[in-house]
Amino acid sequence: RDWATLSAWQLVLVQVLWAYLLCGWTFGSELTFELPDNAKQCFYEDITIGTKCTLEFQVVTGGHYDVDCRLEDADGTVLYKEMKKQYDSFTFTAAKNGTYKFCFSNEFSTFTHKTVYFDFQVGEDPPLFPNENRVTALTQMESACVSIHEALKSVIDYQTHFRLREAQGRSRAEDLNTRVAFWSIGEALILLVVSISQVVLLRSFFSDRKTTTTRVGS
Amino acid sequence: MVSVKCILGSVYALYFHIGETEKKCFIEEIPDETMVIGKYRTQLWDKQMGSFLQTSPGLGMHVEIKDPDTKIILSRQYGSDGRFTFTSHTPGEHQICLHSNSTKMALFAGGKLRVHLDIQVGEHTNNYPEIAAKDKLTELQLRARQLLDQVEQIQKEQNYQQYREERFRMTSESTNQHVLWWSIAQTLILIFTGIWQLKHLKSFFEAKKLV
Repeated sequence: RDWATLSAWQLVLVQVLWAYLLCGWTFGSELTFELPDNAKQCFYEDITIGTKCTLEFQVVTGGHYDVDCRLEDADGTVLYKEMKKQYDSFTFTAAKNGTYKFCFSNEFSTFTHKTVYFDFQVGEDPPLFPNENRVTALTQMESACVSIHEALKSVIDYQTHFRLREAQGRSRAEDLNTRVAFWSIGEALILLVVSISQVVLLRSFFSDRKTTTTRVGS
Repeated sequence: MVSVKCILGSVYALYFHIGETEKKCFIEEIPDETMVIGKYRTQLWDKQMGSFLQTSPGLGMHVEIKDPDTKIILSRQYGSDGRFTFTSHTPGEHQICLHSNSTKMALFAGGKLRVHLDIQVGEHTNNYPEIAAKDKLTELQLRARQLLDQVEQIQKEQNYQQYREERFRMTSESTNQHVLWWSIAQTLILIFTGIWQLKHLKSFFEAKKLV
């Protein structure tokens, strides 16, 4: 199984086989998109029966950090429906062949637009090597490598979720900073304006009374 | 050659619908020196046939990519099927925007456009069978290479995390300073305007001979 010993045409043949196998596997889709207010965004994917799929989503920025999510199978049956959820993860096994649809809705919000992250894993990750060639079991080294690979995948997954939470926290902190700055300046100005106008108003009250008193007196 | 076979063989898994002049934007928050490969495929809705066409000649998509400083790093017109790639030089939120730039507006009138999209980031951009063939690696060597790539990606993300945490800390410090100094300033303004009011009114009433 040393690649150097395979002849040129054998190498080409193996590459072609890998190419077809690779394309047979569906990759996971991980996207972060902007969802404007009063908008709904749907994504579709063709899934074959028996495939184990996971949909995970998280609202990164915007408003109260919540969104409506709905997952429907090929016949329109609702598999998952949650309103105003901040983060969730849903695993299911495809019971039918066809186009599955999942939608994120921000229709309940009037002016905040949101950024939503989702990760839709369909099936397993493609193997590094085609399984057809595997006649013997994995050696200890190879199975150790596989375990490390899986562990690292979960580390990367945790990192992503941590990064999203941190982005949320950071956006709130930056919002807070801007708001504190503007409102402080605003309040200081209001204080000045109010105190000056109080004095001016009082003066005007007393000026009128003085005129009335003199008129009555004379 | 692998990519040619892939385009012929299958669709990129996830798809969504886009309107005529609609612009869809996706955000990728990535550390620096990270490669991103995006592939898309478009299908035009045919009203007569009532289904989506397999290929759509004359259809184009405009891809615009902005870096975290909102500077445009890629702005190109692609055909109905396209592949774009870029490597980040600054860590942060990169924005990938797509909008259709169709030449056949008449055909498109009232039509929908289906866009298949696949964006791969970091170590997912590596094509391992290709690397194995090119460097003539054994299975174990290839697995080790994959693990190395993954660990490198984790390291980059950790560095980016450090940088972000610093920014967060600076924002919090700045808020703290704002709150502190503006509170003091406002209290002082309150005291001084209070004193000024009393003094001014006292002199005013004395002048008016009311006191």
